[in-house]
Amino acid sequence: MTEVVQQDLASERQVQTIDSETPFKRFVSEFFDSKTASVALFILLSIIILAVIAPWITPQDPYDLAQVDVLDGRQPPGAEAFSGYTMWLGSDGAGRDLYSGILYGLRISLSVGVMSGFIALLIGMAVGLLAAYAGGRAENVIMRVVDLQLSFPAALVALMLIAILGKGVDKIILALVVAQWAYYARTVRASALVERNKEYVEAAACLGISHARIIFRHIMPNCLAPLIVVGTVQTAHAISLEATLSFLGVGMPQTSPSLGVLIANGFEYMLSGRYWISVFPGIALLVTVVSINLVGDHLRDVLNPRISTGGGKAK
Amino acid sequence: MSVFIIRRLLQAALIVFIMSLIVFFGVNVIGDPVYMLVSPDADQADIEKAIERLGLNLPIYEQYFKFLNGAWQGDLGDSFVFGEPALKLILHHMPATFELAFTALAMAIVIGIPLGLYSGLYPEQKISKGIMAGSILGFSLPTFWVGLMLIMLFAVMLGWLPSTGRGDTAKLFGLQTSLFTLDGLSHVILPALNLALLKISLAIRLTRSGVREAMGQDYVKFARAKGLNTSRIILVHVMKNIMIPVVTVMGLEFGSLVAFSVVTESIFAWPGMGKLLIDAILQLDRPIVVAYLMIIVLFFVVINLIVDIIYSILDPRVRLQDQGA
Repeated sequence: MTEVVQQDLASERQVQTIDSETPFKRFVSEFFDSKTASVALFILLSIIILAVIAPWITPQDPYDLAQVDVLDGRQPPGAEAFSGYTMWLGSDGAGRDLYSGILYGLRISLSVGVMSGFIALLIGMAVGLLAAYAGGRAENVIMRVVDLQLSFPAALVALMLIAILGKGVDKIILALVVAQWAYYARTVRASALVERNKEYVEAAACLGISHARIIFRHIMPNCLAPLIVVGTVQTAHAISLEATLSFLGVGMPQTSPSLGVLIANGFEYMLSGRYWISVFPGIALLVTVVSINLVGDHLRDVLNPRISTGGGKAK
Repeated sequence: MSVFIIRRLLQAALIVFIMSLIVFFGVNVIGDPVYMLVSPDADQADIEKAIERLGLNLPIYEQYFKFLNGAWQGDLGDSFVFGEPALKLILHHMPATFELAFTALAMAIVIGIPLGLYSGLYPEQKISKGIMAGSILGFSLPTFWVGLMLIMLFAVMLGWLPSTGRGDTAKLFGLQTSLFTLDGLSHVILPALNLALLKISLAIRLTRSGVREAMGQDYVKFARAKGLNTSRIILVHVMKNIMIPVVTVMGLEFGSLVAFSVVTESIFAWPGMGKLLIDAILQLDRPIVVAYLMIIVLFFVVINLIVDIIYSILDPRVRLQDQGA
């Protein structure tokens, strides 16, 4: 018996090594086959890097009051600031350099989007796996709740929560998590249901492996591909949802200005022709969201051949 | 069948009840509206009076029962800010929202279906690829950002269309509507286009995939073999078949149009219930927030109920599955 188990573990290990070698390479080469997706990934990585190193490549910290001069307010792109540097993208109503403001805003937007997406992914994944594995009444109840929530648009769910909870960074993240977890739960449950009925799960159960180990070591890794795809697209959703809420004035507070807050601040100047205060943060938001979506779209084609023959071509 | 409908009705009622609990307790646990509404130099007696008047001195569960009892009779409390019944305020703002949503829906169908038809018929053409790229953008771009761009382009730079408000309204069947005056129409175009953009993209995709699927079917080949000209095949035979799913889905999207109008109304200062909600959230006007959320929940529950029932009529398997569960 122990021999059999050892053999089984050995073959499991072998399968894993094969798995991590060739399919990954194939995946990489397939991904870079698409020019659009490669460019989108390059732009996305540049944006992330710019956001991370923002403090070292911007002329001012826009939220350090000592560095901001009100006399610099509402300057058009290319104007020179009072303290000597050039404001290539102009400045906002309070005299903050927009280029600096956008990079700092990107940091906030990206981290809120990624964080809420990640928490929602963890919760959704756990719930979805549980539902698929437990089956029966538990699955019924869980999926009823998921379906019920999915019958409301995510933006409405988030807005309702904000209406109930009030403003604040933690509340925004909570609202985004609640608005998103059901998408992950549904995705994971669908693929976990397929995996659960496969022979390797049965074999694992016969070997007396614990439920937790079966779920997390055997079923979960096989559900990751669709999860990554949904995760990418949902993160883009989360970023634009947060921007929308912030724009409406019920999102991020003025003290942690994400791109949405910057756009909202510029809105009042737009009608008087000072377009840049809203437009440049908006372009930054746009490029971020669109490049994430393009990467996610192509990931779906590459990671799931079954979908790419149907839905992929329909584009 | 009637068992199925009764079950669904009970479920819907349960959902509305649970939501009323969540919404009411959620909203009433946060914030203190008294300090927003009583002027800062009011003395203690004035504050007491205001609390008394607003019913805030009662224990929270009593406030809830009062609310529930009132809700049953169509009274969802008075707005703290306006001093009028919240429900009346929302119903007063509802026609504007519905007008916007209907216009957007019409735009989505009128613009989306022909574009989808074209790109489905000639998928390899440059124009088709452009249409599809546009629809991807339509899905990706945040609504509020597109709204800003529309204002900047058409209102500020070109000066063709007004960017705020509803314009002149005319009375039709006792409802004020902007759709029958020239000024009103010019006001509705931008916000409706903004709201419609996502749905235009959706209509393009649905129509396109429907057309591509239908063009390979036997009945199309047969019609060709019979010698019908292409325009008749497409406009009569293909369209008839793809319109059913497209129109169904678009109809279902009406609910999400009403929900998303919150964003559009705020940008274009459109006096609908979405703008009322945002203003109420910012001013901590709890009765309005509660009333809006209850109405929108009710609205969605009713839409879903109708969809469920229609589906169960069209597809008996849905009904049987539900009974088995």
